[in-house]
This record gives sequence, structure tokens and C-alpha cells, in this order.
Amino acid sequence: MVDLSVNLGFLKLKNPVLAASGTFGYGLEFAPYLDLEELGGFVVKGLYYGPREGNPPPRLVETPSGLINAIGLQGIGVEAFVAKVLPKLKDLATAVIVNVCGETEEEYVRVVEFLGGRDGIAAFELNISCPNVRQEGACPALDPKTTFRLVKAVKRSSRLPIIVKLSPNVTSVIEIAQAAEEAGADAVSLVNTFLAMSIDVMTRRPKLANVFGGLSGPAIKPIALRMVYQVASRIHLPVIGMGGIASGADALEFLLAGARAVQVGTASFVDPDASLHIIREIREYCELHDIQRVEDLIGKLETG
Amino acid sequence: MMKDPTARIANVERWGDYRLFSIETREIADRASPGQFLMIKISSQFDPLLRRPISIHARENSRLEIFFQVAGRGTEILAEKEAGDTLNILGPLGKGFSIDERLKGKRVLCVGGGRGIAPLYFLAKELRGLGASPIVLYGGNTEADIPLRTKFEEAHLPVFCSTDDGSFGFRGFVTGLAAREIEAHPPAFLFGCGPEEMMKTASRLAESYDIAAEFSLESHMGCGIGACWGCVKRIRRGGQEGWVKVCEEGPVFPRDEIVWPEGGD
Repeated sequence: MVDLSVNLGFLKLKNPVLAASGTFGYGLEFAPYLDLEELGGFVVKGLYYGPREGNPPPRLVETPSGLINAIGLQGIGVEAFVAKVLPKLKDLATAVIVNVCGETEEEYVRVVEFLGGRDGIAAFELNISCPNVRQEGACPALDPKTTFRLVKAVKRSSRLPIIVKLSPNVTSVIEIAQAAEEAGADAVSLVNTFLAMSIDVMTRRPKLANVFGGLSGPAIKPIALRMVYQVASRIHLPVIGMGGIASGADALEFLLAGARAVQVGTASFVDPDASLHIIREIREYCELHDIQRVEDLIGKLETG
Repeated sequence: MMKDPTARIANVERWGDYRLFSIETREIADRASPGQFLMIKISSQFDPLLRRPISIHARENSRLEIFFQVAGRGTEILAEKEAGDTLNILGPLGKGFSIDERLKGKRVLCVGGGRGIAPLYFLAKELRGLGASPIVLYGGNTEADIPLRTKFEEAHLPVFCSTDDGSFGFRGFVTGLAAREIEAHPPAFLFGCGPEEMMKTASRLAESYDIAAEFSLESHMGCGIGACWGCVKRIRRGGQEGWVKVCEEGPVFPRDEIVWPEGGD
């Protein structure tokens, strides 16, 4: 019997596979297709304090092995989440993580203060890296000082652990991860989507109404993996890896690179139960290679 | 809502760019209602990455039929499938047409443009089963774009056709045919599916005669199950406008809720 559990320090997961924010709705959308309790956990769609309208359509464009989205964090806000969604999630035997958004530092703080005392939330993931809500992909995660200040403020106000979700659209993701670590983050998750665009040559117009969007899917996996490896080698916090994971082998690459857990995103659009296939394939790999504990694989990349 | 990873294609019919597949998928078929759709996986690799939303055209016992037109790379690959191949499908998804007891004994217009005819066959059959009198108006650019007309006739569903070039039936848009029909015999309800401009015109027509109507909207979808918020359209409810998910709250919406895009007419 393989022990698939992983320990993030502040949170023990029954297995290393989390469903990623923005690709898993509020969780309940997936209940017809999989047993949510089989997941290591899931991260619900980003919440601002109030409801949010999102960007005009077209919001999606498919690219080779990838998807560019510019949803713009449309969502129901914390009050509706607590009234309508959380009661259905709070007794699940899996880690429910809430992705937290804000227009301002104050809004991030209000969201974690409003949600912090509620039953059923295991941790917050601080979304400082969505490329679709400000001009040209601007977000706090592009600057180490802004990251430091924001994480510090949220950490001070939060009763729950804080995972900081990082952007790949930077010169040095290590520098941003270190800023989050110094500010007191409990973990980092990376990567969010890559700022991207696509053009319709017939109309000579951008395919997304927002012009830019965030690229996800298998197309980004090698770059995401490189960034996770770099960050995991340089900081002491647990790293949660993501970016194009669609199979057990993909997930294992991230674990070997040093991620203590992974998130599955776009693959859940293609197969709602993709995460369960990935968990099964990780277990099969461990059985085949006589690995007793999946923890024994973390960071075990052989170099040199 | 369920997944059938090995739904077998039992039969394929082809007309130019159009395909009719009959798919063996008992459990999804049992749950399906007119106006709902399937998400069909195109490639077992990653390109194209996403499933494609395809409307349910008919139910025949344990089979569902889909009728679609090649409109891009996804449907181009799907169109190459043959009888005996299997499809990985999710369904039935979305909220379909309102098939209301109050339509019993009433005339109902089903207006379809091009591939938009797809869900109206299932709908017209169910309406007739309820005791309503569905009249199908079916329009296309040319005679080649209305391949299903004989299928409606064989099912003894009254069907009137239009072509833009006059190669078959009424010369002009299907909305022109609808205007003539409404003027002669105002229906109790109008259902529509087709190009956006066609539906917009049909909606205004229904509004001007104060006829209740519903339209099935087409949208690019990421997931089809309400998770990605990628497929939204502008919807007005109770004086409030917002972006609403076509996959979850649609694809069928009442005419007075749809905020049609500006321009074009």
C-alpha cells in the first residue's frame, strides 16, 4: 500500500493532487463526475469581496496544446460564497482552499478577514498573479516589493495559512518567491498563466475581446516545470507546482523537481475527472518502482 | 450529467460539410431533453485540446443523434469519424427548451437556420408527443444547406423551407418565411436556433407580435459544465444585466432575457 499523503507543514494532504483555481469552479460543478473526497484538495475560483462582472467575450481561444483565457475573475463574492457554496463544502473530507483576490491591499485583507473564521476552509491561496484584470497583465506578483508588502499585510490579518500564487511573467520568479517567503508566506504555488495573445488574420483583430489573456495547458508545462525547479531549489517554503499537468508522469516531474504538491488546471476542462486519473497514475508509478511513500520522491531529481 | 468515454458511433450520414451521427449511449440518452448538448472529445492527444459542444439532434431509444457542420478544426476532425468508432462524451448538459403543458393543442413555430436546425427535430417530436402542433421552418443559403428536410417529412413533421438563393422553397431568409407564417397564423410560441443575426431578427419579430419565444445560443466553451466561465453571453433578468454562462444556465434562454449584440442589421 503506497502512502500518497504529503505534508505541507501547515496542512496534510491525503495525496499531492489539488484541482487548481479558475478551472474547478466552486468545486460543486464537478461533483457529478468525481468524488471530491478522493482529491488531495481543491482551490475554489478566485473571490473578490463583492461579486465581479468579468471581461466581455470572447474570453477563450484555443491554441496548439493550450488555451488562452481572459475571464477576468467573474465571480460571486464572499457573501454569496459563504451563504450558498461553503455549507456544501465544509464537511468534505478534503482540503478546501480559497483563492483570494483584491483590487487593493485592503480588499485582500477584507476577504481573508471575512472568510478566516469560517469552518471548512483549510488555507488561502493569494491570487496576486491573474494577468486578466488590469492593463497589459499588470498584477502585484510582477514586483518583489509589492509582493512583500501585500503578503505581509494579508498574513497579519489571516487566521489561516497563506499560499502565494506566483506569476511566470517576470524576469526572476525566484526573486518574487523570496519576497513572499520573507513576508511570511506559508507556501508558494506556481505558475499562474503566461500572458499571451492570438490574432484572427481574416478580420485582423485580436481573438480575445481583452486582447491579452493567460496561456495554460500542456503547451506551458516545460517552462512551468523549470520555474518550479528553480524556486524549489532556492526557498525553504513548500512549493505547489502547476502548469499544464495532464498525466501522472507530468505530476511526477513536478514532484521530482521539488514541488510538495501539484495543481491540475486546464486538464479538468477536458476531463472533469482528470485529477483522479493523475492520482491513480502516481500510485501505479509508486507500486511499479517500489516507492512506499510519495514523499520520498519530492525533490529527488538526479543531476550531475 | 455523466461521462461516456466509449460511446459507439452506430451510423454516419454525410452531406457536404454536414454530418449526422447516431451514437449508442443509453444512459445519456435516457436523461436527454431537447436543447441540451454534449461535450465531445476531439483528440486523445492535446491538439485540439478542448472538447466541442454539439447540440443533441434526436433521441432514438438508446441512441442519441448529433447533426453538425464543419466549422473549424475540431468539427473537421470529428467529421472524419466513421461508424464503429467511439466517442468520449459528456452529457446531457445545459438547460434546454421549455416544453410546457400549456402548449398542448397550440401551434408552435420552430425556426432553424443552417446547422441551427439540429435541436429542433428533437424539440418538434417532443412537442408533438405533448399534443402541440409544431411547424418547422428550415432555412439555408442553398438547397445543399437544408439536408434534413426529408427527415422532417418522413417523421410527418410539417416543414417549410427557405433558401437565400431561391434554389429550394421560399426565396429569402427563414425569418422572412417566419414573418409570413406569423402574419397568417400567429403561433402560441416560437423556438429558434441558428446564426445570431437570424435569431435576433426572429426575436424582434416575436416581440412585435407579442409571442413568447426561446432561442438556443451558440458559444465557444472551455468546459461545458459551468467551471470556466468562458462561454458567457449578455443576459438581462429583473432589470439587471450580466455575463451569464451559456453552458449552465443556457444554451436556451427566453427572448426577453437575451441582450443581442449591437449592429449588423
